[in-house]
Amino acid sequence: MPEIQNFTMNFGPQHPAAHGVLRLVLEMDGEVIQKADPHVGLLHRATEKLAESKPYNQSIGYMDRLDYVSMMCNEHGYVLAIEKLLGIEPPERAQYIRVLFDEITRILNHLIWLGAHGLDIGAMTMFLYCFREREDLMDCYEAVSGTRMHATYYRPGGVYRDLPEQMPKYQKSAKRSAKEMARLNEAREGSLLDFVEAFADGFPARIDEYETLLTDNRIWKQRTVNIAVVPPERAMQLGFSGPMLRGSGIPWDLRKTQPYEVYDRMDFDIPVGVNGDCYDRYLVRIEEMRQSTKIIRQCVDWLRDNPGSVVLEDRKITPPRRIEMKDDMESLIHHFKLFTEGYCVPEGEAYAAVEHPKGEFGVYLVSDGSNKPYRLKVRAPGFPHLASMNEMVQGHMLADVVAVIGTQDIVFGEIDR
Amino acid sequence: MDWLTGMLADTELRLTAVWAALPEFVRFVLVDLFKILVVVVPLFIAVAYFTYWERRIIGWIQNRLGPNRVGWEGVLQPFADLIKMLFKQVIVPGNANRFLFLLAPIVALIPALAVWAAVPMSESFVIADINAGLLYVLALTSMGVYGVILAGWASNSKYAFLGAMRCAAQIVAYEIAMGFALVGVLMAGGSLNLGDIVRAQEGTSVLSWFLWPLFPLFLVYFISGVAETNRSPFDVAEGESEIVAGFHVEYGGIGFGLFFVAEYANMILITALTATFFLGGWLSPFAGVPGLAETWIAAPSFGWLAAKMAFFSFCFLWFRATFPRYRYDQIMRLGWKVFIPITIVWIAVEGVMAAFEIGPWAAGI
Repeated sequence: MPEIQNFTMNFGPQHPAAHGVLRLVLEMDGEVIQKADPHVGLLHRATEKLAESKPYNQSIGYMDRLDYVSMMCNEHGYVLAIEKLLGIEPPERAQYIRVLFDEITRILNHLIWLGAHGLDIGAMTMFLYCFREREDLMDCYEAVSGTRMHATYYRPGGVYRDLPEQMPKYQKSAKRSAKEMARLNEAREGSLLDFVEAFADGFPARIDEYETLLTDNRIWKQRTVNIAVVPPERAMQLGFSGPMLRGSGIPWDLRKTQPYEVYDRMDFDIPVGVNGDCYDRYLVRIEEMRQSTKIIRQCVDWLRDNPGSVVLEDRKITPPRRIEMKDDMESLIHHFKLFTEGYCVPEGEAYAAVEHPKGEFGVYLVSDGSNKPYRLKVRAPGFPHLASMNEMVQGHMLADVVAVIGTQDIVFGEIDR
Repeated sequence: MDWLTGMLADTELRLTAVWAALPEFVRFVLVDLFKILVVVVPLFIAVAYFTYWERRIIGWIQNRLGPNRVGWEGVLQPFADLIKMLFKQVIVPGNANRFLFLLAPIVALIPALAVWAAVPMSESFVIADINAGLLYVLALTSMGVYGVILAGWASNSKYAFLGAMRCAAQIVAYEIAMGFALVGVLMAGGSLNLGDIVRAQEGTSVLSWFLWPLFPLFLVYFISGVAETNRSPFDVAEGESEIVAGFHVEYGGIGFGLFFVAEYANMILITALTATFFLGGWLSPFAGVPGLAETWIAAPSFGWLAAKMAFFSFCFLWFRATFPRYRYDQIMRLGWKVFIPITIVWIAVEGVMAAFEIGPWAAGI
């Protein structure tokens, strides 16, 4: 009798479902996974080390590139940590803008997650439906920051600039008929807030649309119900956070438990799962999108009625206005100093965490009193999730590995950093 | 003009003479070759445009355009793809079994084309009007899986191997369900000849199609057909998000192209067979409608078969755009624990109906 052995299979890094550069070494008994060994580091860019050699305000752009599907939330964590060290607090309007964009980012992230998760399980239409809505949110990013992805919009002491009064419109082109242009520009006639509000009005119907395709779909349920069940105690032991933790039934959300910015004034609910399987995590994230829409609406209402400054007027920390620099010597000096050596941060350490779409995104900063961080440590939510891969997929089949990668919502930018 | 008619008549006479002078055997071969061309050339064109329509229709479903650049609205796209695939280098992986690796696509394609011989296109046109047509069709459709298994084995890749194993298991399960569904058709039609099966559905109206008395079998047959052709949501043998491309992961260029053509030819075949077995093949759905009798709408023709095939082809695409993919063990469960029992039960029901002359058997077979 020949000896029957398990066989190993390399899953990735070149794999359509590897969400970037995940490499899993799978030990399989037929189709059943005995052991899954994730290999990380293929997208390591030394973000933390790089930040040590730059003034504080010059690393914000790197934060966008950590979890590159929820850009502004990463910035938020970093900016909060600097503000904590500096002992400053941004103006109220800036805080509302940050909450608004945190929630836009959450929807952005969950849309990508839903699309990719659907695509992994074979529902490829989901992917394109999600991208349709995502496009509008990217336009919001572009309207405030000038870029669609890596915004660098949050700054210590506030945000880069106030929301635009005029939403940018589609321009005439040879490929676009006047009728189509009118349709595209319909929601763009007013300000950014009008545009966001129009989005928030239409979005719940779109979520319903996704749900008709998936929520009660027998195949979708067969593929997700009871797959990768994580009991609540185990979820805590493994260091889960975000929807992964709430999917297991633990109502832990930093927006409620340790409110930052103006989350304590917002009216929203925290959805939790019951069984801790892929299906529950799916439902939790879907509901989070609805709740985010609710928060966005509240922010829009407040921002409409309360104009004001969006960044501190402390010229040691925030750049002076362009117009001032034209004839004011001191402003010019401030500008030069800020963009060359930045500002010195008092000695000490700080940990700031935000409820990132994927979980708790924390930034730990150690300052030695100079203008550069002595040490920056990023607590990426995806890392503990990925670390539980082995436990989650054991005894499941190859096809479930893909479902688990999807449900963990892994992005390698933040895991490898 | 007299000279022209005269010349034509003359030529015709000569040709007839030449034809008559040919040995019986040669004439037979020539006629059959012509018939084969009449089926295969349109089949290839249908495959080409099936891929085009697949991309366009799924594009529309998914809120995007699909290919619309090559030729008017992209109608030349399939040919651009074909030329691309033809000119690509054939790469044989280092550790592959060269002979089997190159043989596999051919083994997949041959049955996919050969099976069309027994499929009647209209009342009068079929390449081979064989008595055991249904058995021939069943035998050849299950042959195709050998190409897949060979490809998976010869590639010497774990992904391809997994794909081939999945495919083999799946085909076994669904072949049985399909076979049992056809037993029902056989009982209703009283013949193994596909043409006779269609003729048995000829009656006063649409109601005499087998679709109605055999409705569960129709569903089982069509779904099994989707599974048998490895189409979504049963595409675990390819499952691009799990095993990348499954059995043909190592194939590129025309090797992949042959698998592709075989898959699409099989899909079109399943649509043709479903129409033949359950929807009265070339019969018109408007037969027996008062006022339409004697018009072309009520007349049986190839057009009606094509329309039914187009509808089922659209279903294939519609499924693909709508459903997530089953997991491999769930497919097996569906095949063995749901479809096979349904077919067996319905065969028994049919037997009872036939014995007591109920429903379509009222007149007796």
